Amino acid sequence: MAWFTRPTTNIKRDPAEAERHVKTEGLWFKCDGCRQILWRKALEENQQVCPHCGFHFKIDAAARLKLLFDDGAWEEFDRDLASTDPLDFVDSKRYKDRLSAMQRALPMKDALISAGGTLNGRPVNICVLELKFIGGSMGSVMGEKITRAIERSITRRAPLVIVSASGGARMQEGAISLMQMVKISAALMRLDEARLPYISVLTDPTTGGVTASFAMLGDLNIGEPGALIGFAGPRVIEQTIRQKLPEGFQRSEFLLNHGFLDAVVKRPDLKQYISQSFDLLLN
Amino acid sequence: MSDESNERIAALEKELAKLRSQVDTGAAGEEPTEVQANSAWLAVRLARHPKRPHALDYIERVFTGFQEIHGDRAFGDDPAIVGGFARLDGRAVAVIGQQKGRDTKQNVFRNFGMPKPEGYRKALRIMRMAVKFNRPIITLLDTPGAYPGIDAEERGQAEAIAISLREMARFGVPIIAVVIGEGGSGGALALGVGNQVFMLKNSVYSVISPESCAAIIYRDASKAEQAAAALKLDAPALLHFGLIDRIIEEPGEGAHTDYDQAAAYMKATLISSLAGLSSLGPQQLIDQRYEKFRRMGNFFEEAATV
Ligand SMILES: [Zn+2]
Repeated sequence: MAWFTRPTTNIKRDPAEAERHVKTEGLWFKCDGCRQILWRKALEENQQVCPHCGFHFKIDAAARLKLLFDDGAWEEFDRDLASTDPLDFVDSKRYKDRLSAMQRALPMKDALISAGGTLNGRPVNICVLELKFIGGSMGSVMGEKITRAIERSITRRAPLVIVSASGGARMQEGAISLMQMVKISAALMRLDEARLPYISVLTDPTTGGVTASFAMLGDLNIGEPGALIGFAGPRVIEQTIRQKLPEGFQRSEFLLNHGFLDAVVKRPDLKQYISQSFDLLLN
Repeated sequence: MSDESNERIAALEKELAKLRSQVDTGAAGEEPTEVQANSAWLAVRLARHPKRPHALDYIERVFTGFQEIHGDRAFGDDPAIVGGFARLDGRAVAVIGQQKGRDTKQNVFRNFGMPKPEGYRKALRIMRMAVKFNRPIITLLDTPGAYPGIDAEERGQAEAIAISLREMARFGVPIIAVVIGEGGSGGALALGVGNQVFMLKNSVYSVISPESCAAIIYRDASKAEQAAAALKLDAPALLHFGLIDRIIEEPGEGAHTDYDQAAAYMKATLISSLAGLSSLGPQQLIDQRYEKFRRMGNFFEEAATV
């Protein structure tokens, strides 16, 4: 009954001070776009977009889903799929250890959340890549989860949205990762045949095998402002051609100009944009 | 030719000579070293061997009456991909290959076998024509990777590859893909969506080049041989993981020692494979191809913990 009155002296040093520290640290910070000092709360209220210059800060997969689904609520699918480390791969760490460290830290089993819910009242499936999980890289788990989401979209006649943020195929699963590009693209062929709309949203950064498969296969390919989008990473290109890349190269606006994006849409407008597209294509 | 391009050729020749000397060391059969124990790295060196037969070397020996067609009807022609129609044992087929050059001049022309978007779009145009006229499609994969350059990005390298993957899944004709040398990542895979996928014995197929992988994991591109072993990119490994259907034999020390024999092995495999696929109708071909790639992936589903 009186559990809250138990003495707490031996538990922590000074929680009040720790909290104060976090608060003052996190309250203000500098915008990567315009270098102005921003108030974190103002940024949060603007969906992590700088109110001064429009710079889009990265957001994690769960935050993205919250912005898109009605009432920020969704059902998660296939959350327990995990990689088996088929190559027994070792880099600076063992891949197994890298995976379990990530799985504890985030906490998720791999670099993608697959979810279902409603968007302005319409049932939709949304997959969001998590950049923080080994660079949003695509291995067996991402391949399987997206393929299942596509199959679920076909069975339930629900449109599909995939929000990408990734460095590409996951090196640690070798050619098995590579083949996920085929697996997902082939499933998207079936979605296409089923005449169900798929909107691909490309966010900063989307490169490699992710761009060269599902991220470029939307009925609509939508970029977030300023997102880096490409096949080869800028560093690889610079090394190949041995010159500096032009300003704005491989950014959303560059792709829009070259005909590879249907639109560049600001984050606060994205939900409405998707909703309207589905209406125009389906109703 | 301008001084500038002569200069570029001279520089490339120097670089190529350096690469060749690296390739030749060890591949020429000196005393056994630890490196030779690494079969993956040996395969990388053979797959890149300067004398290894390229797509056109096989096309000329395996097929008859090859008629090359050019261009993507939108931007231009990409010499890093060759394709057209020909006969395989009397049967008309579409054949498309990623093409490397033999000497420096040819390599500049072929862009070292690194295709650009117009190459993939040309390949897709040929494949669509094959579907229209009900011809099987045979693709030969051999590229270090899709070209990572400004122009390729401007013209949608990623989009071109992605569309190729999706459309190959849709075609109701038999598709056979053969990795003949370097199966360099998405750039090779773009033509690799086959009902049957084969690798020549000394070819490799990888998500990333061993050099780039080494640069990332060891911060040292010279540790490529270690990276090759870690990536498990040789034909037996791919067969083990169920990512390819069969390994095609090579003569003696490798395909470069006997082009005719290498081509004969490939031809026999293609003919028997095509005979097997010919019993399937269009929808069965699409479904068989789909199911084959659908199964690829290694994961487990943990029991949900409450
Ligand atoms: Zn700003």
